[in-house]
Amino acid sequence: MAEKKQFQKGKMVPVPSVSIIPERDLGKSPILECSHLGIDFGGLTAVNEFNITVGRTEIAGLIGPNGAGKTTVFNLLTKVYQPTRGTILLDGLDTHGKTPAQVNRMGIARTFQNIRLFSNLTVEDNVKIGLHNQEKYSMFSGILRLPKYWRQERAAHERALELLSIFDMQDLAGHQAGSLPYGAQRRLEIVRALATNPSLLLLDEPAAGMNPSETAELMENIVKIRDTFQIAIMLIEHDMSLVMGICEGICVLNFGQIIAKGTAEEIQSNPTVIEAYLGKQQ
Amino acid sequence: MSFLNNVITGVSLGSIYAIIALGYTMVYGIAKMLNFAHGDVIMVGAYVCFFVMSGAAGLSPQAAVLASVGAVLLAAVVCTALGIVIERLAYKPLRSAPSLAVLITAIGVSYLLQNSAQLLWGADTKTFRPIVEGSLVLIPGQLSISYVAVLSIVCCVVVMAALTAFTGGTKLGKAMRACSEDKAAAQLMGIDVNATISMTFAIGSALAALAGVLMCSAYPVLSPTTGSLPGIRAFTAAVFGGIGSVPGALLGGILLGVIETFAKAYISTDLSDAVVFAVLIIVLLVKPAGLMGRYVPEKV
Amino acid sequence: MKKINKNSLNGFINYGIVIAAFAVIQLLLGMGRLSNSLQSLLVPACCYIVMAVSLNLTVGILGELSLGHGGFMSLGAFSGITASILLQGAIPMAPARLAASMAVGAVFGALGGVIVGVPVLRLQGDYLAIVTLAFGQIIQNIIMVLYVGVDSRGIHLAASKERFDLAADGTAIIKGPMGAVGVTKLASFTAGFVLIMITLLVVQNLVNSRSGRAIMALRDNRIAAESVGINTTKYKLMAFVTSAALAGAAGALWGLNYSSTVASKFNFNTSILVLVFVVLGGLGSIRGSIIAAALLYILPETLRAWDIAEYRMLIYAIILILVMLATNNERLKILVGRVIPKRKGAAGNG
Repeated sequence: MAEKKQFQKGKMVPVPSVSIIPERDLGKSPILECSHLGIDFGGLTAVNEFNITVGRTEIAGLIGPNGAGKTTVFNLLTKVYQPTRGTILLDGLDTHGKTPAQVNRMGIARTFQNIRLFSNLTVEDNVKIGLHNQEKYSMFSGILRLPKYWRQERAAHERALELLSIFDMQDLAGHQAGSLPYGAQRRLEIVRALATNPSLLLLDEPAAGMNPSETAELMENIVKIRDTFQIAIMLIEHDMSLVMGICEGICVLNFGQIIAKGTAEEIQSNPTVIEAYLGKQQ
Repeated sequence: MSFLNNVITGVSLGSIYAIIALGYTMVYGIAKMLNFAHGDVIMVGAYVCFFVMSGAAGLSPQAAVLASVGAVLLAAVVCTALGIVIERLAYKPLRSAPSLAVLITAIGVSYLLQNSAQLLWGADTKTFRPIVEGSLVLIPGQLSISYVAVLSIVCCVVVMAALTAFTGGTKLGKAMRACSEDKAAAQLMGIDVNATISMTFAIGSALAALAGVLMCSAYPVLSPTTGSLPGIRAFTAAVFGGIGSVPGALLGGILLGVIETFAKAYISTDLSDAVVFAVLIIVLLVKPAGLMGRYVPEKV
Repeated sequence: MKKINKNSLNGFINYGIVIAAFAVIQLLLGMGRLSNSLQSLLVPACCYIVMAVSLNLTVGILGELSLGHGGFMSLGAFSGITASILLQGAIPMAPARLAASMAVGAVFGALGGVIVGVPVLRLQGDYLAIVTLAFGQIIQNIIMVLYVGVDSRGIHLAASKERFDLAADGTAIIKGPMGAVGVTKLASFTAGFVLIMITLLVVQNLVNSRSGRAIMALRDNRIAAESVGINTTKYKLMAFVTSAALAGAAGALWGLNYSSTVASKFNFNTSILVLVFVVLGGLGSIRGSIIAAALLYILPETLRAWDIAEYRMLIYAIILILVMLATNNERLKILVGRVIPKRKGAAGNG
C-alpha cells in the first residue's frame, strides 16, 4: 500500500472536498475496486456481480430495500464472509484470503448495524483499542512498564481524546461505553473505526434511530471526517435525506444485484429504482 | 473372541453413557446450561435402588423380579421429583443470569447431593446387588453376554426410540423443541416455557435413575461419589456427539463406551481416560460442534 | 499526569492489601499467635490466590471458561519438584533453588498452555470448557502412570514400573500412582507472598496495556475486535498461556510445600474450586479473586477443627448456592443499586 496518511495532531485543517462520481475517470487511482464480487450461502446467491469503484475521498452510498444484501457487501469487504467469487482491490492490493483483522490493517474500518461496542470498557479504552495497531510496544514492555510503554500510552491517551473531540465526546472518556445513550454509542463506533487510521470507512446505517436534528449533525460530521482525514466513506442508509444530501455516488442494490449507479439526481429519477422501492406501477 | 467380547462390553457401557448423555443433552438443548449435578442424580437413583434391593434380599425368584422392577420405578420417581425440585429451587431463579452463575450453582447442587448422601448413607462403599444376574452364554467358555449388558442395550434402544417419537410427534415434545430454538418466541406462541423446562429436567432425571441402576448393576460398587466420573464421561459423550442433539448423544455415548473398553483392553488400563479425552479433543478440532451438532456462526 | 489513573489506583490498592496482610501475618507469626494448623495453611492459601488471579485472566478478562486450570498446576508441581531435585547440586541455596523450580514450573505450565491453546482456542464457549476439562483429566492420567528418576547415568522417564530401570544409586522422583515422594520442602510463606506480588504485577500491568485491552475487546465483542485489527488467536493465546504459566508457578510452590504429592490432588475438583473463587470474587475483579481465594480456602479448613466438621462441605455447598441465587436476584440487585451508585467503567479492572 502507498504511504498511509498519519493523522496529524492539532492540524485538523478542512480540505476542500472533491466531488467524485463512480465509474468516472478519477484522476487518481481508486481506493476500492470490486469486480464480479459475489457470495452464495448454500444454494442462495446473496450478492452477485457486484462491481463498484470508490474514489479516494469519495462519499459513496449503498442503498436498497431490506434484505437486498447491503450489509452482506460490507461483510464481504471486511472479510467477515469470504467471497465465493470476484476480487476486492483495496488501493490496488488484493484482499483475497485475508482475515478481518488483516483487512483492517490494510485500511478498511467499519461500524455495525447492530452496535458492537466493547460495552464493559470505558469510552476512552474503546478508542484506544481502535489505536491498537498504531501502538507498537510489546507485551513485555507493557508488563514491565518500560519507558516505551509510558510514551506510547500517553500518546494514545491524547490521540483518543482528540478523536473523541470530533463528536465533542471528550468529556465522556471515562464513562462506560455500554451506559451511553444510543446516539452517542453510534458516534463512538465511528470514532473507534477512525482510530484504526483507515483509508476507507464503512458506515452501516449511521443514522438509524436518530432524530432529524441529530441526523443533520451527523451529515455535517461525515463530511467533516472525510475532509479532515482525506479518506473515502461508504455508507448504508435508509434515510434518503442523508444519502441524497452527502453522497457523491450512489449504488442501489436489490436482490443482491446492482440495479443502478450514479449521482443523487440520476438515482432519484431512475425508474428501476422507483420500482424496486415502491413496486410496479399499476 | 476377546475382540467380540470387548465390542459387547463397550456397547453396553456405551448404552449407559448414552442414557446419561441424553439427560445432559436435553437439559443443555433447552436451558443452555451444563448441569453438573446430573451425575449425582445418578448416584441418588442408585442408592434408592440399592435400598429396595437390599430389603428384597431372600425373596422368592418371582417376588425378586417384582422387587427389581419396583426398585427401578421407585428410583425413577424419586429422581424425577429430585430433578424437578432442584430445577425449581436452584436453576429457575437464575433463568436470566449469566451462564457461569448457573454453572457454579449446578456445581453447588452437585456438592450438596454428594455430601447429603455421605451424611445420610455414609461414606463407605456399598456392594450393589444387580437387578438381574447371570449371563447369556452364546459360545460356552468363550462368548457370553451378561443380562445386565443385554438390558442396558435394550433400555438404550427403547429410550432412544421413545424420545425420538416424543420430541418428534407429541405436543409437549414439539414445545420442547420450540423452547430450545427460541424461548421468547415459544412463549409468544403460548408455550409455557417454565413447565416445559421442568418437564425436560424430569425426563432427564428419570433417565439418570435408570442409568444409575444399570451402571451399578454392571459395576456393583456404590459410594456418594459414584456418579461424578460417569457424569463427566457422559457429558463428554454428549459433547462428542454434538451437545443438544438426541441422536448425537446416542452415537457419542456408544463410541465413548467402545473407545474406553478398547483403550483398556489394548492400550493400558491406567491410560483409558487419557485416550478417551484425547479422542474427544481430536474430534472437536475436526468438527467443532461435535459429530452431529450444528455449528451456528454468529450473525453480523 | 493531572489525576492518577483509576485503574492504576485500583492496582496499587491490591498491592497494598497483599503487603498489609503479609505484614500482619508476619507479625502474628513473630508473636507466636498463629496455631500450627493455621500456619500450615499459609503457603497453600498463597497458591490458591495465584491460581484464582491467574484463572481470572482466562475467565474474567478473556471471557473463556476453563475447567482445567488444575492441569496446569499439576504440570507445574511435578516439573517443579523434578527441577528442585535435579538442581540440588547446581544450586545449593534453597531460596534460589525454589525460585528456579518455580520458573521451571511456569515454563511447563506455559508449554501446556500453548499445546492446549493453539488448537483449542478456535473453539468457542462450552466447547472450550469441555476441552480444558479433558486436558486436566489427561494430565492427571498421564502423571499417574509416569515414572521419573535420576541416577549416575542421567534422567530416566518411563510410562510404567516395568520399564523404569533406575540404577541402585538413583533417586526416584515421580513414582506413578504414588506421585512425587521424598521431596525436600523448600516453600515458604515469603516465597508465596513474592509469587502473589509477581502475579499481580503481571496480570494488572497486562490488563492495563494495549495487549490487555485487546484481550478484553475479544471478551466484549469478538467481531468488533477483529474489525479494528486485533489478532484473535494471538491475544487469546497470550492470556491463556500467561494464565497457565502463573498456575504452573503456583503448582511448583505447592509441590515443594509437601514431602509428597499425588496427581489426583490437581483433579477436576481443584479446577472447580478455583473457578468458584473467581466467580464468587467477581469476574474480572482481581481484588475479588484474592479475597475470595484467601477466605474460602482458609474458612472451610478451620471449620475442620470444630464439631461441625462433617457438615463442613454441606454448609459450603448450601452457601455457594445461596450466594449465587442472591447475587443474581434481580430484585436484590435493584435494591443494592439504590444504595450503592453504579461505578463507571469499572468492569475488567480493580
